Amino acid sequence: MAHSQSGGPAILVEGLVKSFGEVRALRGIDLSVPRGTVLGVLGPNGAGKTTAVRILTTLLRPDGGRALVEGRDVVREAAAVRRSIGLAGQSAAIQLELTGRENLEIIGRLYHLSWPRARSRAIELLRQFELTDAADRAAKNFSGGMQRRLDLAASLVGQPKVLFLDEPTTGLDPRSRLAMWDTIRSLVAGGTTLLLTTQYMDEADELADQIVVIDHGEVIAAGTAEELKGRVGGDIVEFTVPDRARVGDAVAAIATIGEGEPHADAETGVVSVGVGGQGSDALIEVVRGLDKADVQTHGLTLRRPSLDDVFLALTGHAAEEEEADQPAGRRGRRKAKSKAADKETARTAS
Amino acid sequence: MTAIAVTDSSEPGLLTRAHWAVTDTLTITRRNLLVWLRVPAYIMFTVIQPVMFVLLFRYVFGGAIRVPDKGGYVNFLMPGIIAQTAAFATFGTAIALAQELQKGVIDRLRSMPMARSAVLAGRLVADTGRMLITTLIVIGVGYAVGFRFENGIVAAVAMVVLATVFGLAVCCISAYTGLAIGDEESVQAFGMVWLFPITFLSSAFVPIQSMPGWLQAFARNQPVTYVIDAMRALAGGGPVWPSLWKSIVWLAGILIVFAPLAVRAYKRAS
Repeated sequence: MAHSQSGGPAILVEGLVKSFGEVRALRGIDLSVPRGTVLGVLGPNGAGKTTAVRILTTLLRPDGGRALVEGRDVVREAAAVRRSIGLAGQSAAIQLELTGRENLEIIGRLYHLSWPRARSRAIELLRQFELTDAADRAAKNFSGGMQRRLDLAASLVGQPKVLFLDEPTTGLDPRSRLAMWDTIRSLVAGGTTLLLTTQYMDEADELADQIVVIDHGEVIAAGTAEELKGRVGGDIVEFTVPDRARVGDAVAAIATIGEGEPHADAETGVVSVGVGGQGSDALIEVVRGLDKADVQTHGLTLRRPSLDDVFLALTGHAAEEEEADQPAGRRGRRKAKSKAADKETARTAS
Repeated sequence: MTAIAVTDSSEPGLLTRAHWAVTDTLTITRRNLLVWLRVPAYIMFTVIQPVMFVLLFRYVFGGAIRVPDKGGYVNFLMPGIIAQTAAFATFGTAIALAQELQKGVIDRLRSMPMARSAVLAGRLVADTGRMLITTLIVIGVGYAVGFRFENGIVAAVAMVVLATVFGLAVCCISAYTGLAIGDEESVQAFGMVWLFPITFLSSAFVPIQSMPGWLQAFARNQPVTYVIDAMRALAGGGPVWPSLWKSIVWLAGILIVFAPLAVRAYKRAS
């Protein structure tokens, strides 16, 4: 163990298993996160991401396997683990009635900082997270983005070596998301090890050094974003059919082109097909096929695969499809998701 | 060997841990009281509501209810109102814990190197303190509308102490329900289902003799009645022990059962 404390990975997980009654939330997960790097844990709702984070942050006991954080066992040495971690969950775990400053000072006191130290740490963090102007306002009057920033600040009061962020941008509007990404990037630049869960492909792509994809409690793929994109095997041709009734015709028109089945989203009218290394030749064939079938399209692009495509290729379903059975409150997320996808399309098209 | 040495050197000693348990509890207590003071609705519910009950029962129902007590209905009423206030104050305990659970506040606190006992202990200390303040305000209002302690200062203080211990015991039950149910609205609904009957089906507001026979059987033999009868004897005179020892046994029993249950629910909270 002595060696793992000095040179080993910041997080090491082996064969982690956890069930809730009949539901097998984790079916033997392995992870290894080197110090100072960012691991993106990607997967749809219910994949087991949060369960893994809860075990690693000592909130939940695993049924089997083991997990070490900074070389300490999360079950047998939970107290030591708690001294080296920070956690920010899916919602802002702050006291809304209290001011930003009070929230951070109280957390500081609970980390056993002296009063003067708790005060100065609160001031530092408020400045770092651009909350100085709002420091003495009740957190309930903060915007959603500010509340999440305050929550993130709270997770850093104890200067953790390893930070766990469970879906840090879920529910945020696109602008706040981009701001949150900048904040997270600057944290990582300071040498903190970060484990980040997300259901947004672009988020993992932007922030993570290594990515693991989890589905139904198992790691189904691991690697860098580029390696995972390589799994899709080449480029993608994508376009939108404005007349949703003709999406089926479009799919039929290009069925023989490219590698594998085209994928169509009936809701957005977005059709995509993997074309391997055929590149612009495939693009021309697609245009001919669509022209022949007389299907109107817009935003026709040839692009590198995104993590969305990777997820589709690995699991046979899109990342957001499983959300259909989620409560209504989650729907906002889905919108944000497709907005982000639109943005990506626009970017690659230009 | 190395591993053990490393672990030992970084684990704080017993004394340090005890010191932290106390300071962490005080930090959480302070936080909870601050929240209480910041939200007018909370103050409204915890202070105005019992004051309203005093005035309502004293002037609206008081004329219709005959009691043998010295000083009339207002002297009969006050111990009942104080116990009911203490019990209802624990709505706040259950709801606050359920909210903290839902919002992930408890997850955050449990992932921190703070004393494991502090969140619950701080909650109980703050809520019991809040209850004590409310009790004193209600007694003040009672004095303004004719209530008097007839049995000396020591017995009066003993009554307030008994009310507070009663409140603490109910607080433990509420803390357990809040953490075990974990959903704010269900917790609130559940609180109604047990707190209302247990306080109203007692000797709190009317003499038990005025209830139908089957109800008397319940009302006579439940802990809230014992506590209120003991408080009444302490405030107004009369035999204290018959109801006091039963109160003590009940309250001790509730604390012994529900305090560990609440602690367990906190540790397992998810």
